[in-house]
Amino acid sequence: MTTKEINSAEVRFLSRSANEGFARTAAACFAAQLDPTLEEVNDIKTAVSEAVTNSIVHGYPDRLGRVLLRLRLLEDNTVEVQVKDWGVGIGDIGQARTPMFTTGGGERSGMGFTIMESFMDSVKVRSAPGKGTAVTMRKRIALRVGGGR
Amino acid sequence: MAVVCTGHDRNMTVTISGEVDHHGARQIMAELDRQMAAVLPRNITVDLGGVSFMDSSGIAVLLRAYQSAGRQGGGVTVVNVPDQAGRVLRAAGLQRLIRFA
Repeated sequence: MTTKEINSAEVRFLSRSANEGFARTAAACFAAQLDPTLEEVNDIKTAVSEAVTNSIVHGYPDRLGRVLLRLRLLEDNTVEVQVKDWGVGIGDIGQARTPMFTTGGGERSGMGFTIMESFMDSVKVRSAPGKGTAVTMRKRIALRVGGGR
Repeated sequence: MAVVCTGHDRNMTVTISGEVDHHGARQIMAELDRQMAAVLPRNITVDLGGVSFMDSSGIAVLLRAYQSAGRQGGGVTVVNVPDQAGRVLRAAGLQRLIRFA
């Protein structure tokens, strides 16, 4: 069954590394509507940072391109974050999600997907070589006792 | 983001502050590489007390220090680790390579 959407926002930006901080801060501000704990906000910021960095480093390795950050609040107190690019794509998604695997050289640890999977409830990756990659992540925010929206 | 390296007798302390992401990690690694090549430290202490955010780019920075210290027969210790950075480092299993003090 499809979960009803309560609110949504989209941010588009160039694949410049300076936008990594902007993207995670935008996601954190949007998620704040669900009154998350500091730890929950940090988890979302960290996962967004990883996904956006992947688009910048791996999606567009030798040119600037467009990155879309799509944010949704769902009625079961869940934040959905999608990071999409139209870059080179991933040939083998399973290999890309393997801990320590990277094509980014010594500057990258190969732990990006591991961090996303650790900090979010679900991580889905859709990609096609030459067409781009979309990473969709969800995290349910715990309801506070006596709290509401 | 800022990085300051100090030390003597092949012991080096690296103090990192600000946000450690892919954007900032390049500068940290460049400074770290320069200092490690000059000092050849055996023991590296990385002070993360001033770090306000860290993603997996920070893991790559610490692994760089770990490999350098390992070549000299030493190791790496991280101190003053903020909660968010600690969760990232532990999710990657870095506590198996690096001492958390």
